[in-house]
Amino acid sequence: MTPRRRIWSIPGGIHPPQHKTESNQSEIQQGHMPSELVLPLQLHLGAAANPIVNIGDQVKKGEVIAQAQGYVSCPIHAPTSGTIKAVEPRPVQHPSFSDSECIVIAPDNKDEWIPLTTTPEFWTQPAENILNLIQQSGIAGLGGAGFPSHVKLNPSKEFAIQTLLLNGVECEPYITADDRLMRERAEAIIVGAFIMAYLVEPKEILIAIEDNKPEAIEAVNQAIQQLNETWLNSSQPFSDIELAVVVVPTKYPSGGEKQLIQIVTGKEVRSGSIPADVGIVCQNIGTAYAVEQAVVHGKPLISRITTFTGQSLYKPGNYEVLIGTPINEMYDQCAVREHRVARLIMGGPMMGFTIHNDASPVLKTTNCIIAATEDEFPAPMAEQPCIRCGACADVCPANLLPQQLFWHAKSQNFDQAQHHNLFDCIECGACSYVCPSHIPLVQYYRYAKGKIKTIEIENQKANHSRERFEARQARLEREEAERAAKRAERQKKAAKAKAAKKPIPKEVATQQANNNIESKTDTAPSKDVTVKQLESKFHRAEKNWKDATKALEQKLKAQNETASDEQETSEDPLAKDRARVKRLKDKVDQAKQAWESALDESSSAPPSEEPALSPKELAIAAAQARVAVKKLSKSVENATDPAKQTQLQKELDEAQTSLQTIESQLAQATSEIKETNPTS
Amino acid sequence: MAFLTLTSPHAQGGNQTQTVMQTVLLATIPGLLTLTWYFGWGTLVNVIIASLTAIAAESFVLHLRKRPILFSIRDCSALVTAVLLGLAIPPTAPWWLTILGTAFAITIAKQLYGGLGNNPFNPAMVGYVLLLISFPKEMTAWIPTSSPLSLVDALTANFAGSIGDQTVDAITMATPLDTLKTAARGHDSLAAIVLQYEVLQTNALTGLFGPGWFGANIAFLIGGLYLLHKKVINWHIPVAMLAALGIMATIFYLVDERYGSPLFHLLSGGTMLGAFFIATDPVSAATSNKGRLVFGAGIGITVYVIRAWGGYPDAIAFAVLLMNLSAPTIDYYTQPRSYGHDEPKRGTVKTGA
Repeated sequence: MTPRRRIWSIPGGIHPPQHKTESNQSEIQQGHMPSELVLPLQLHLGAAANPIVNIGDQVKKGEVIAQAQGYVSCPIHAPTSGTIKAVEPRPVQHPSFSDSECIVIAPDNKDEWIPLTTTPEFWTQPAENILNLIQQSGIAGLGGAGFPSHVKLNPSKEFAIQTLLLNGVECEPYITADDRLMRERAEAIIVGAFIMAYLVEPKEILIAIEDNKPEAIEAVNQAIQQLNETWLNSSQPFSDIELAVVVVPTKYPSGGEKQLIQIVTGKEVRSGSIPADVGIVCQNIGTAYAVEQAVVHGKPLISRITTFTGQSLYKPGNYEVLIGTPINEMYDQCAVREHRVARLIMGGPMMGFTIHNDASPVLKTTNCIIAATEDEFPAPMAEQPCIRCGACADVCPANLLPQQLFWHAKSQNFDQAQHHNLFDCIECGACSYVCPSHIPLVQYYRYAKGKIKTIEIENQKANHSRERFEARQARLEREEAERAAKRAERQKKAAKAKAAKKPIPKEVATQQANNNIESKTDTAPSKDVTVKQLESKFHRAEKNWKDATKALEQKLKAQNETASDEQETSEDPLAKDRARVKRLKDKVDQAKQAWESALDESSSAPPSEEPALSPKELAIAAAQARVAVKKLSKSVENATDPAKQTQLQKELDEAQTSLQTIESQLAQATSEIKETNPTS
Repeated sequence: MAFLTLTSPHAQGGNQTQTVMQTVLLATIPGLLTLTWYFGWGTLVNVIIASLTAIAAESFVLHLRKRPILFSIRDCSALVTAVLLGLAIPPTAPWWLTILGTAFAITIAKQLYGGLGNNPFNPAMVGYVLLLISFPKEMTAWIPTSSPLSLVDALTANFAGSIGDQTVDAITMATPLDTLKTAARGHDSLAAIVLQYEVLQTNALTGLFGPGWFGANIAFLIGGLYLLHKKVINWHIPVAMLAALGIMATIFYLVDERYGSPLFHLLSGGTMLGAFFIATDPVSAATSNKGRLVFGAGIGITVYVIRAWGGYPDAIAFAVLLMNLSAPTIDYYTQPRSYGHDEPKRGTVKTGA
């Protein structure tokens, strides 16, 4: 065997009474088939699954009844064959005691499987296929958190995974599900570990087990030996992966992911980071077993080992129950004395959740059900004042100062609470356990965490609506400017149209045509107006900005005089003021830029330049000139007075020449355009 | 069926504030017995008067504050304050002195700040300092250990101010620390200093007034070790305090022997009572282990400074109160390094802007 590995110690920790022997003395038994199975759509962390069956549908064991929604989600399979009875809200374990949407199956007691595809030689398949298979099998962390396993088994390529750590520590009192699983199905667990290793490609696989489970340690070691002789010899891809059992001392909470990593490798997972960051993927041994079942045998996750224990049942032990089995349907099998159950806990006594309704189903994460009597877990005693004895700090595995966190959480001083690393609290409950004043410390931390998150969301919303408001203001201003510009344009056009429609005031038409050709300066006055507007806008904005700056300076002065060290309280108003000044300054800059660019434009735009006229305008001018020529020639024909006739003739000649120039210009312009833009 | 629904943890460890306080009371017994052995019944009478006063005062204020009286009395914290103060008051002190000090400690120093857990200063020491400043003569008068008071004498001293046919003043004398102070200040002639010094050297441990103080300190040390064993206190404060005091004493003893030997400083006056019972009051002390080291060392140094150069022969009370004042600041700068962080955080939150 490999030499005993070095292990590290973690700070703090407690040694509560273990209460493991009640349930770990007998073999795992099959749970009875319940009268109905209740499967919440939220059986895992992440997005809830989406039901794909209708009431009355016949399903086979292992058939998908709800699909994963997105990547961080899992599908749900029918745990047995039967009929879909309902899709409706049912009581489940949830802190709010609210019902949750569930698929209810009435078993037909035939327990008929769908056809299973087995993959015993998984290494012959591409890793993506195996990963996909795990995802399709609905495997979510069986240790307690229920995080979809395929996500954890597909770490980003930037992390070089050194160690695949299998967590068989099971440090919580009462729970023995992993203990029994390791004793009875160690080989499957190890095969599951190698499947995971095939995906994350570590250099070593470590199986961590607490030293209060000597039988499990022995069983796993034996299984390793056996596999070495048989299966591992034939499968080449894993010969270079080191496989070892690491025995860790019994102490709660050694089984916490971060704590176990510290014990086994001496490394700490950086605050806010994930284990893959230090080259470690950590999986529960129950998950390894489920992976083996899924890949080698093709069986999706439809059942699990759950410890049923507590002083109110006669037959404590481990049962392999179908996911979705209502807890009260196990009462008969475990011989529960119902009248004695005072508290029903899902999970362990340190981190488990109480259940308000015993019709709640067993979930993928349910490693233990404790039906506790009043004597076993008496109602909590009245909270006494904190005497800062520091017993909590002595047992904190994260090296926090729980007494200070409590103080800051209670006084709602959330900034200080975060400064004391509130979010590094793993809520293990060791501090509450030792507190001589019976302060429910973890509750205070949960409260503070929830509150801080709410405040953050509110801040985000406030910022968002402020941005929206500002964007709206900007849009309104822009639209107003656009409307003004359009108005100016329309006025210009109207004036032009009016001028064009004027009934032949002799030379006016030609003059106008000439004017149109010669100058675009009639736009200048309106441009001057906008420049002026922009200028005054700039001055207005500048004044606003200066006023706000002055106000802020005064406030700053006042603050310096009054509050010397209480920065927390005075931070908010000043921050707002500062933001306002900055906003105003931006506006000033914008206005200035707009003004200057307008100024540039009006000065640089030459007042009369023929090429500035577009072919369209030329065409209009030509048309106008043509009309003028036609009208003049008509009046020449109609004229009776010879003197007047000659004068008209003269005008007609002039008009004709101007028409010619316009036409030639038009021709030139169009030809130019054709040259530069041949396709049009 | 209605189940109890609570958030985790569901298991409770069984520690109780009451038990903590009772253990502290239990640990004072060796010291109390030793003081009674050497100085007579006076100390015991003081402790009883103080305890009764403390319970009465606490009940009265709780009644005024409309708080459940029994719930708070049961935690025994008032008794701890009373016993510690009763041990510190000289055995011949008149009854009203003890009552005044205890009532002040409980009502003003403890309850007016919000009761248990909210007092910034050690209540017993606030009461002690009040008495020491207001009644310096009564508070520094210790009878010689060669003639411990009988129960009758103790009662008459306490309630009538006389022992037999003598007044209390006539039979009390200076404590070793007093003697040392007088000597070190150079008020006496050189010959007298040498004489005093020799008395200290020969008698500090075994002589006329030595064994009382020596014995009491040893007894409190034993009680303190019991508290450490019971994990009621952590080692940080007493060890830091005694180490700082010892180091200071060693340095100055090497410079000038008149300052008294380190052993003398460690085993006289209220050193051990202060180190294990008074400085370790968790409510008013620094709270992180690193902070406790700073806190304890601060007390040790301050005690030595006041003993050597200050206006009072002993200094536990002043030193403890001064460090109580610094405890919140110490706490801000001695956060431990939490899991997943490279550095411990320091100071208060840096607010932006």
